[in-house]
Amino acid sequence: MSHLKIALWFAASILVLGAVPIISSAKPISYQLPEETAAFGPGPNQDAALGNCTACHSADYIKTQPHGTAFKKDFWQAEVTKMIKVYGAPIDDADVGKIVDYMVATH
Amino acid sequence: MDRRQLITRSGAAFAALGSGTAFGVLRAFAADTVTLPFENGERPLVKYPQKRPMIGLTSRPPQLETPFAVFDESAITPNDAFFVRYHLAGIPYDIDPDVFSVEIKGKVDKPIKLSLADIKKMPAVELVAVNQCSGNSRGFSEPRVAGGQLANGAMGNARWKGVPLKAVLDQAGVQAGAKQVVFGGMDGPVFDKTPDFAKALDIDHARDGEVMLAYAMNGADLPLLNGFPLRLIVPGYYGTYWVKHLNEITVLDSVFDGFWMKSAYRIPDTECACVEPGTSPKATIPINKFNVRSFITNLSSGAKLKAGPVLLKGIAFDSGKGIKDVSVSTDGGATWLASQLGKDLGNYSFREWQVSVPLTAGPHDIKVRATNQAGQTQPDKPLWNPPGYMRNVIETTSVTAA
Repeated sequence: MSHLKIALWFAASILVLGAVPIISSAKPISYQLPEETAAFGPGPNQDAALGNCTACHSADYIKTQPHGTAFKKDFWQAEVTKMIKVYGAPIDDADVGKIVDYMVATH
Repeated sequence: MDRRQLITRSGAAFAALGSGTAFGVLRAFAADTVTLPFENGERPLVKYPQKRPMIGLTSRPPQLETPFAVFDESAITPNDAFFVRYHLAGIPYDIDPDVFSVEIKGKVDKPIKLSLADIKKMPAVELVAVNQCSGNSRGFSEPRVAGGQLANGAMGNARWKGVPLKAVLDQAGVQAGAKQVVFGGMDGPVFDKTPDFAKALDIDHARDGEVMLAYAMNGADLPLLNGFPLRLIVPGYYGTYWVKHLNEITVLDSVFDGFWMKSAYRIPDTECACVEPGTSPKATIPINKFNVRSFITNLSSGAKLKAGPVLLKGIAFDSGKGIKDVSVSTDGGATWLASQLGKDLGNYSFREWQVSVPLTAGPHDIKVRATNQAGQTQPDKPLWNPPGYMRNVIETTSVTAA
């Protein structure tokens, strides 16, 4: 091996070593969520609520909303409309009334 | 984020026990519950990986509130007790920090991609700063409003370590005419018609040297649910701007018109960011800086105490002017007594305070009120707005001495 070849080999090994990350950061994370516990209780059209709402979020989003006169049919109608119009939820027109009925009956 | 990422991510959610650090399968134990002090306030205490038992608001996406007693432990909120708030359920549960990178693009001379190692090689800065959810305390809104029904635990104070956003923008070279910078994270929606979460800051704010990209929190990696491996820190601003899993920084020569700026997180364009309860604002602006808040942390309403001297202690914070005074009243606000402020950890931090008050036998409404260096303080009566943001009424703790 000539001096030139040795020099080239040396330079190459530095390049290779240089490509190895110098900072060893944290290990990869693989995060496991606990099982979902909140669920929709029995009520009229429970399947419509279950099938549509829980595609994007857990049932506790709904169950933790306040009760009272301001949180009846108009409120739930507006919420379901918001999910479709604003958040792009793929809910069939035929299901909208069913979901609202379920919320009014059970919330 | 594109559809392919979406598929990878949802696949990962079901196969989360891959290589690397696995936290194992855990069941949320809902044996314990807490009842927050408003209607329909019962919540499970849930245990998540990297977290102590927290108040469970929602499970998908995960939203966890800090049990209030944590704020009495220290001015710094431990990582395992720090609140969690997500909007959309497409969360990157599998992250390899050696593969992660953040892209700086748009109106820049030289679009760049920085790995986490690249960022950690840059000169680091540290800052203690409060992060608070816009809707912290929403459950106390009267009349009640829709949204995450939180008590006062959607806030926390941590020592953030990272690099100034300015340094990163300078590397890419912001072009003349830049108006805003948009921030996107690895988390996203379940359906691609749902607006992806993205927030924007004005260019001068983005380059103020204080806004930072943080990779460490209280001397450790960020917990996954707090934005691992990199999140935006916007001192003095509500948490909505503190984008987690930050991987996209885009410089614009226009004002960003994305849903999460243009339609969501808007407050009334009035001095108090409030309107007459139950009414709608005429005009709105994006939510921005914190107002002034203070809390008693060592007593809660309903406490029975021995008459005599009683030590009150707690925390106060504002948007970064700094806390000048925290006073308490034991007679419902008729007279006020100044407290002693604790160690100054910086203007964006919780400021601890304490004071001993003589309590005669009988019921007492104890109030706490902070004032900042700009003379801003807290209102006697709650201010109201339709989304239930920015609550900062003078808090009252009702106790009985005997």
